[in-house]
Parts: sequence; C-alpha cells; structure tokens
Amino acid sequence: MIRLPAPKPEVMARRPQILAGLAALVPADALITEELRLRPYETDGLAAYRQMPLAVVLPRTTEEVAAVLRFCHQQGVRVIPRGAGTSLSGGALPLADAVVVGLMRMNHILDINFEDRYAVVEAGVTNIGITQAVAGDGFFYAPDPSSQLACMIGGNVMMNSGGAHCLKYGVTANNLLGVKFVTIEGEIFEVGGTHLDGAGYDWLGLITGSEGQLGMVTEVTVRILRGPEGARAMLAAFSSIPIAGQAVDAIIGSGIIPVALEFMDRPCIHACEAFAHAGYPLDAEAMLIIEVEGSVAEQDALLARIRDICAQFSPISMKVAESAEQSLAIWKGRKGAFGAVGRISPDYLCMDGTIPTGELPFVLGRITQMSEQYGLGVANVFHAGDGNLHPLIMFDANDPASFAKAEAFGADILKLCVEVGGCLTGEHGVGVEKRDLMTVQFTADELDLQRAIKSAFDPAWLLNPAKVFPLEGNKVLDAA
Amino acid sequence: MQTNFTPEQLQDPELKVANGILRTCVHCGFCTATCPTFVELGDELDSPRGRIYLIKDMLESGRPASELEARHIDRCLSCLSCMTTCPSGVNYMHLVDHARRHVEETYTRPLPERALRSVLAMLLPHPGRFRWAMRLAKLGKPLRGLIPGQGTTAKRLRAMLELAPEHIPAPQPVTGTHPAEGARRGRVAMLAGCAQQVLDPEINAATIRLLTRMGYEVVVPPAAGCCGALTHHMGRHDPAMATARANILAWDAEIAAGGLDGIIVNASGCGTTVKDYGFMFRNEPEAEAAARVSALAMDITEALARFDYTPSRTAPPFTVAYHSACSLQHGQKITALPKQLLAKAGFVVKEPAEGHLCCGSAGTYNMMQPEISAKLKARKLANIRRTGAAVVAAGNIGCLTQIGAGGPPTVHTVQLLDWMAGGPKPKAIEGL
Repeated sequence: MIRLPAPKPEVMARRPQILAGLAALVPADALITEELRLRPYETDGLAAYRQMPLAVVLPRTTEEVAAVLRFCHQQGVRVIPRGAGTSLSGGALPLADAVVVGLMRMNHILDINFEDRYAVVEAGVTNIGITQAVAGDGFFYAPDPSSQLACMIGGNVMMNSGGAHCLKYGVTANNLLGVKFVTIEGEIFEVGGTHLDGAGYDWLGLITGSEGQLGMVTEVTVRILRGPEGARAMLAAFSSIPIAGQAVDAIIGSGIIPVALEFMDRPCIHACEAFAHAGYPLDAEAMLIIEVEGSVAEQDALLARIRDICAQFSPISMKVAESAEQSLAIWKGRKGAFGAVGRISPDYLCMDGTIPTGELPFVLGRITQMSEQYGLGVANVFHAGDGNLHPLIMFDANDPASFAKAEAFGADILKLCVEVGGCLTGEHGVGVEKRDLMTVQFTADELDLQRAIKSAFDPAWLLNPAKVFPLEGNKVLDAA
Repeated sequence: MQTNFTPEQLQDPELKVANGILRTCVHCGFCTATCPTFVELGDELDSPRGRIYLIKDMLESGRPASELEARHIDRCLSCLSCMTTCPSGVNYMHLVDHARRHVEETYTRPLPERALRSVLAMLLPHPGRFRWAMRLAKLGKPLRGLIPGQGTTAKRLRAMLELAPEHIPAPQPVTGTHPAEGARRGRVAMLAGCAQQVLDPEINAATIRLLTRMGYEVVVPPAAGCCGALTHHMGRHDPAMATARANILAWDAEIAAGGLDGIIVNASGCGTTVKDYGFMFRNEPEAEAAARVSALAMDITEALARFDYTPSRTAPPFTVAYHSACSLQHGQKITALPKQLLAKAGFVVKEPAEGHLCCGSAGTYNMMQPEISAKLKARKLANIRRTGAAVVAAGNIGCLTQIGAGGPPTVHTVQLLDWMAGGPKPKAIEGL
C-alpha cells in the first residue's frame, strides 16, 4: 500500500470550524461532510488505493472554486482537485486532511466558434461532450482517451491525456489554446487565448500535465478540427505477440502515419469481443486495429500499402470494416477494453509506459516472461503507433499477496520501459501510482528542480501534494 | 473491486450474488457519463458508481439503511443506462434491487412518505382501485395549486395530481381467449398489465387485434395480473413476489394446457421484470416454471418481428419520433427492432438526441422525485421537439404518459403498427 503524508493534526482538530467556513462559501448542496457520503469519494479509477477525505466541495462557478481555494490556503488545508474520477494513476486520491474539490457540476459549453475553430468549455465537460457539441457541424475535438465518454476536459489538461487518435493529431497539449486557472491563493488567471501560441512565456505548456499541483483549471479553450472526409478501420490478426510488434514497427518505419494503430493480445481480444461484438479474430494471439482517413481514394491507397506490409508477417486474417457500424463496434471494443477486462479478472492494475516502437517485440516478450514469473495474468492493449504500452495486470484485490505481486510486476514493467529508453507514463500521469518510480527516471537533482517549480506556485504544498514526487526527500511534506 | 464480506455473510445466497456483482465492477467510471441523475446533479453519489459504492459499504457493514442511503438509492431511476455502458458487465439491476429491498426492510421512512408509498403500492397494481383513484384525482387536479408548502410531500402530491389524465377511458376487459382470425398460426399469452389498462386500454386492444389478425390466438388468463415491477422497485419484496407468482402459475398452466409460442408484454417496464422472473424465483419452488415463463416472455415488437409483421396500408407522410423506453433499450437491449417495424409500416422514423437518457417517468419516480423527473422531462421534450416529428411512439405506458403531458401526441408503437395493418387510427392522432 502506498504511503501517504501524515494528516496535519491542527487541521484534523479544527475540522468543525473548517467545515463551517466552507459552508459559508458554497450552497448547502455543494458541500459533503457525512462519513457515509464521503465514502464513494475515497478513490477514483485506481480503486486499489483509498483514503477518506475531510470533505468534498462541488462548486458551480470559477468564483466558488477561487473562494474555496483561498479559504483552504488561509487555513493551511490541503486540496485534491477532481474531475470525473477516472484517473488510472490515482490522480484524485484524497488525503485524510484534504478537501476534495470536484468540478463535475461545471459542465457547460460556453462558446463555440467554427470560423476560428475553437470551443470554450467548463472543466467538467466530458471529453466526448466537446465533440458531441460540434459534431453536427462536421467538427471534432481530436484527443480521445479511452475513457472519453466519462473523463472531463479539466482532468485531460491536468494529465495531458492522449488517446488512440493522438498518433496523428497529438495529445491534449497540442490541441489546447487557453485555460482559466485558479491559484491556491484564490487568484483567477486567463492563460493563453483563442489562438495558438500566446504571448510571453509558455505558461500553458507548464500548466498542461501538472497533475493538479500548480493550480486548478476551471475553463478550457480547445482547438476543434473539421472531421475527415471519411475513415476506415481494419483488423490484422497475428500468430504471436512479437510478430504483431514487428508489424507495428514496419508500418511506422515505412513512413505511414495511420490515424490510429492499436494493439490487443489474446485475453483482451476475447474480453472486448464479449462486450462489443465487433467480429474480433478469436483465434489470434495478437491483433492490430489500424485506422486511416481521408477521401476514399486516400483510404484505399493507404489500406493497400498497410495490407502489403502486414502480409510480410504471415497474418492469420485481415479484415477491413465495411460499414460505419462495423467501425463503431471495432472502436467500442477498444475503448471499453480496460473495463472489459473486468469480465475475466476481478481487478487489474493498468500500466502506462512508453517505449521506442523498435523495442516493442523485445518488451512484449519480456512482459510475457514476467507474467509467468509472477504467476499473474496480463492483458495487453495499447497505442502501438506511439509506443504507449498499457499492460493490464490481473489480480485479486481480496487477496493482499496477489495485490503486492501485481504492484511489483507493474514496477518491473515500468523500469523496463525506462531501461530501453522510454518513459514511466504516456498519458495517465504519474499520480500516486508511479510516484515512487520517479527516481528510476530522474536523478535527485532533477527531481529537486521539478519540486522547485511546484513550490513556486504552491510553497506550502497544499495542492494535490502527495502525488508525482516521492515523499522521501520532500523538504515540505516529509519535514516531520 | 475489492469487497469485505465475512465468510458467514457469504453463506447468504442473496449477499453472495451481490458480492459477485460488486467484484465485477472495476470502478472505471464510464457509467457516470450516461446516468441521467449524474448528468443532472453532478455528484458521484447520484451516479451508478457512487451508488454501487454506497451499497457495497451498506451491505458489507450489515447495518440498517439510513436516510442518506435511502436518499441516493431512491434517486436512481432504475433506467439501467449504466448497464448498457458498462464494459465489465456489472449487473446493476440485481444489485440495486437488492439494495432497495434492504432499504425497505431496515429503514423507517418519515410518515408522509411511508403513507404515499403504501397508497401507491395499494392502488397501482389493481386496475379497479386505480381507476377510482384516477377519477378522484381528476376532480382534485384543478385544486393542486391549493396544496400549500414547498416541502417534499406537497411537491409529491402536486406531481401526482398533475399526472391524472383529463379523460379516463371506459374499461375494456380483455381476459379470456381471443381466437385467431383465419388459419391459426400459433398461440400466445398476453400480459394485460395494471395501470396501463386503466390509462390507455387501446394498447391492449391494438395488440390483440394485430396478433389475432396475424393468425395468433391470444389468451389472457384471469389469474394473471400486475407483473410486480412497481412494488419490486419499491423494495417491497413479498407483494412483488406474490403477484409475480400468480402470473407464473397462470401462464405455466397455459403452457401445459395448450402450449404457448410466446408471452407477449406490451409495457416494456413490465417486460424487463417478467424476463427476470427466472432470477427472482431461482431459489423458490416455482424456479423451473419461472424460468420457462421468462424464456417465453417477449416484447410485442420482438413478437411482431418473429411473426413476420406485414403492413397492408400506405402510411401517411408524417414523421414519427421514436422514443426508446429505458426498459426496452437498456433493460431488454431492444433498440433497432421497433424502429425497423415502424419503417416497415411506412413511417419516417427519427430518433431524438440523447436517446439513452430517461424521460423521468420510471414507474413511480415522477411522483416520488418530482423535481429530478421534471428536469429530465424538459430535457427529453426539448430533444423530441428538435426532431420536428408530429407524433411520438414508444413502447411503455409510463413514458407515453410522461411525454404526452406537454409534448406532441404520444402513441404506443403497436397502435401505429396495428393501424397500418388494418386497425383503426389511434385516437391520440385523430387530428393529424
């Protein structure tokens, strides 16, 4: 179990006064204090880690957020920002002495400008909600995390979320124009604007991916794009995981950039097929979902080249989606993959490492070996095109030994990613999950430099403090 | 997801099932996005994932339910949108049914609420009593503005009177055997239902006309009645089981007597429950009969597709907005079929945006949770109006009543299909 900083005794002792102070700032239905009702807020998408918070606040306006942060700052109370609570790295895991500030009620679309191709939305709008708001006019918002149905854009900014289609369109950072940003002192700033690259230092670049440690984002301005003329997905099935890995490397190496290039292994194919009925090849050890887009001629030309490349790796089968419904079903399975693994295992830990695509066959082979060593099943589903792995380690949370093994297995996979020249996290964020592995990636000096940035925004480390950096060596948090 | 039941608790077959359901959930949160109450209220506690967590905590502790648990579980519409969304296959329906029963058996609600619930449970499942109540409510309807106060009870009473129809149709008894026209192709039983036959007896009449015209003998055994869904969703286990048992025995007798090609349900809320009899009675002496009945249960649209419905008239050129009742699309996973049948009948069919979100009717929900229900109704009506359709078709009486009050005219899908196959034009759209 992950170590959390000791609750501040002076905050715990003043709980009644702190709750009364919060009650004066927001309407009664926006403050949750009863133990029973706090319970469902003790965790997020990483349900293995749990901690009850001091209170939950559900503000409806930026001003309410600012008032709550200002108050918490004055009172020395820690704050945990929360969106939809879908983080797989425990980004919204509370602390016993912290107030969770949830932005789910800030779910309004504020402005859509098709001429200049941007949308201004509140932080609690879901990722897919942006696309749904502009789809009628032929536009879309490009980054598409698998949880796009539920995850909220504020959280996407804080984790710099990616998704299947980021291979072509880039991650959140590449599609973000501006944010409304609230500091822990309760000051409200507008950062960026409605066009690319604002004046001055790139504050937006600093805030994106800051995991709720520098401030809270309450409004987001994103780039919207006109949708392609058409898109088609194809499935290619292979007889082994390393061979499929080689096919990925060959496709990317040929210079083709599909919109999406996704990988699934046998356990995943079976679980997802049971959910989505997409016609996945149940006889394959590994499968690629490859999507291309453009005019029909463009799609045909690209698909033909991709088929030729795949053919060199003796595929079991290749199938191109014949209708929009088939494409939808193929993506429904992929997007629901993590949850679908819930059908074959009561619990899983979802890893999120990134590696150079040339290392795919080696790393996937090593993961299979480790799975045997640890005696725990693993299902692989990931964004192969950009080398972003998501091994799902299957375990039984009702068995503590199984959980400990899963954690160790996960750590070994991420260390391997760093070893081959990759990175601890592709898109889920470090959160609390990968915090202690940061020393594998960074030296003590590098970590100190990053901590200094956090301290510049939040000297008392009140904002989402126990995440991203190891507690050891933290001069503020671990002083006691 | 981890659970903390003791081995002794897991001896209880009901808790064992609940534990199995909880362990399927991986807490991914997808369900929050398509839950009507989360979308409207923006609180984890009013989302499926939050409720699952509350229920888990409540059942693990074995403690009696409190006002807080009752509040958040009561706010659940049981629309089952979460089950359509869930990639892990969590059976939320059985879990929330279990929780509702636990609340009902361990929590004492405030007196006015208890009284209201008892009145509803006494009236709705009994057509005779319900018809009298509707007549009284109709008299009281103009006076609803005089009910004082902004308290929950006052709001609920006003909502109840608001729902009373302006016109209460004469009863059309349907019990007995309705012979097939021409050569008999088969034999089916029909659930006559409870509230529906008071509010709109034409739905059963259209069903019988259409099926007999297609060559099916329709039997409505007198011993069968309410399906039990209304009391089941109130957590009132014993009355729900009693009415369900009566149906099981009545229909199973028909299976034994003359064989049945189907048990036809034309109110999808009831259909979801009848299809669940097999589970509800799995530990009862009637387990086998219940399983037989559930296996034969089908929505009227499933039956019409199977029996090869064919229209005999040319449809007028008006557009029908098809409203997908939650019990049909989420509870029974019937989505395309009704639209295909309406299109086959010649109508231009449009589907409103946000079709996965409940209209707020949800059994007795519009009376017990009038504020949330009103929000969902307004949202639904706005989406329906954007289709520009002249008429709304749906497969559940609750939705038809809810949407019909304030929206375009509503008809049951089977009424349009019967019309196009030689039946009368539905009264609700006489003027069109």
